[in-house]
Amino acid sequence: MIAAVFFYLFASICVASAFMVIAARNPVHSVLFLILTFVNAAGLFVLMGAEFLAMILVVVYVGAVAVLFLFVVMMLDVDFVELRQGVLNYLPIGALVGLVVLVELLLVLGGWAIGENVTAAITAPIPPAADVSNTAALGALLYTRYVYFFQAAGVVLLVAMIGAIVLTLRHKPYVRRQSIAEQNARSKASQLSVKQVRSGEGLSQGLQ
Amino acid sequence: MNQALQFPALQALYPEILLVVGAMALLMLGVFRGDRSTGAVNGFAVLLLVAAGILVCLQDGTASAFHGSFVSDPFARFLKVVALIGSAVTIVLATEFLSAPHRQRYEFAILIMLATAGMMVLISATDLIALYLGLELMSLSLYVIAALDRDSLRSTEAGLKYFVLGALSSGMLLYGSSLVYGFTGTVEFAGIAKAAQNGGLGLTFGLVFLFAGLCFKVSAVPFHMWTPDVYEGAPTPVTAFFASAPKVAAMSVFVRASMTAFPGIAEQWQQIIVFVSIASMVLGGFAGIGQTNIKRLMAYSSIGNMGYALIGLAAGSPDGVQSVLIYVSLYVAMTLGMFACIIAMRRADGPVEKIADLAGLARTKPAMAFFLAMLLFSLAGVPPLAGFFGKFYVFLAAMKAGLYTLAILGVLASVVAAYYYLAIVKIMYFDEPATPFEPMRGELKTVLAVSGLFVLLFFVYPAPLVEAAAAAAKSLF
Repeated sequence: MIAAVFFYLFASICVASAFMVIAARNPVHSVLFLILTFVNAAGLFVLMGAEFLAMILVVVYVGAVAVLFLFVVMMLDVDFVELRQGVLNYLPIGALVGLVVLVELLLVLGGWAIGENVTAAITAPIPPAADVSNTAALGALLYTRYVYFFQAAGVVLLVAMIGAIVLTLRHKPYVRRQSIAEQNARSKASQLSVKQVRSGEGLSQGLQ
Repeated sequence: MNQALQFPALQALYPEILLVVGAMALLMLGVFRGDRSTGAVNGFAVLLLVAAGILVCLQDGTASAFHGSFVSDPFARFLKVVALIGSAVTIVLATEFLSAPHRQRYEFAILIMLATAGMMVLISATDLIALYLGLELMSLSLYVIAALDRDSLRSTEAGLKYFVLGALSSGMLLYGSSLVYGFTGTVEFAGIAKAAQNGGLGLTFGLVFLFAGLCFKVSAVPFHMWTPDVYEGAPTPVTAFFASAPKVAAMSVFVRASMTAFPGIAEQWQQIIVFVSIASMVLGGFAGIGQTNIKRLMAYSSIGNMGYALIGLAAGSPDGVQSVLIYVSLYVAMTLGMFACIIAMRRADGPVEKIADLAGLARTKPAMAFFLAMLLFSLAGVPPLAGFFGKFYVFLAAMKAGLYTLAILGVLASVVAAYYYLAIVKIMYFDEPATPFEPMRGELKTVLAVSGLFVLLFFVYPAPLVEAAAAAAKSLF
């Protein structure tokens, strides 16, 4: 009973705030609504018994990704009003495509038929919750059974990093950088000279 | 929690591991030695690609790894060798492009290597997750190298266009995969085949979205819109790469997914493939006629050629798969030769890419004109050149499978396409000479000569390729 109440609470706030993410005029508000969506989705995960995923969602998405979004929105001067100029022009065709996809989805759900013995065919079934904790089950799956995919995804991220550097990093010749090697290579002899200053004449000449 | 923590068997993956680790080592070399190491990185990259090819050839039998996510069978090895040849030759073709002072980017070869590793993952993929990861690894590298000439407006536009449309197609592919997973409960091709024997509406929807994503990657109509713009805007060696190795990988996963995951609902996907194939051949034939830029022309040519290769897939038989393999490998050989010529089209004031610039090439550069003419005749499908055999096997497979309409339309479309290939030959041999090109560089000459002789003499001894393709096709059934 209480679980059902909380489910509907989390679910309705989640959907409503997801809608507000795209409807809010102020992009900062959009990001804040996005955070609200994530937190409620984490609540849904807890209700399903997936505590680890719930915590990861809060830590990674709310703690890091959403804050990063906030930085981007506030640092970059993106004119969101101008970005939305074309929306009305494309709305009819967009709505049409959306409608077609919706009808297709309804057809699919109407014809919902899971094949025979599908439950037996599941590739890597989740062990019963009593035997193993969330974290251990995910770890065994991700780092042992699916280590190949994990490594391949790592290479994909490497490519993304190389790509970002290739396309944006520029070495500007006029930027002065600290060269520690050069600094360390300076010797006393090349930088200091001892001059004898005669009394009464001062330093007016001869300081080269 | 005491699962057997044994180290997984990796023998089947040695070529991929070599490529990825090698790419990281070369990345270190490049980072520490700066852009002056470009030449060395390129050389090592070609060596590593060749070494990976040798490792692939040393494997035999069918070996799978990681709970059947990765398989090394004759089918995979055949296509891996073709893809590796395409990648290695691309790096050779790019030598001149990368020698200009402001373009000394060692990352080019590294990204090509990582893209090739992605292709090999894709070619060996026997489940949907491996398929997606391989596809993303390949595509992400391709987006970056399309925009490699970052000070050129056209190159950056090509990269951005390719990225946005590619992301859309990946989204469709993932959506399709999720539907397939939802209706079968598994991501492994073998498991999908078992669960999908009876079909079902949801599964068909998943299949359609999956195929839409794959059609985008092979640039088949109606998902071809990006091809001409990207081919024209990207630097020419990059275009040569786009037209060769990634097409092989995408076509291979198309074939493997259709044949091993969805054999039970073959009637349903056959309709899609037949339509896509006809549309690609017809559009490739007609839209190429009005082109004045040779890179755009090659884009339409590649759309058309993918249409022909899909005929073999539509046949859905071992003969059909064999014909796809023969077609794709001959297509790569012809394309690399064509692009060696296009890269050689440069005057003192820079590269040119208008078809009209080839006027009178037969008088200014007879050898280049001869080989280019042979390649064009081969693309048009004139016997006894290699391109004729590619089309012959494809049409034969279609006839055997009873797809007479498809075969006849294919022949008609190839007649239309022959018009623009032959128009270039006419311009080269009968028009007044334009300003001659700069002398051709040694590596371009070599690639052109090898490709031209292969196309010219294929009919003398076709057995090795045909037999290897037959053995490869058999491993899927």
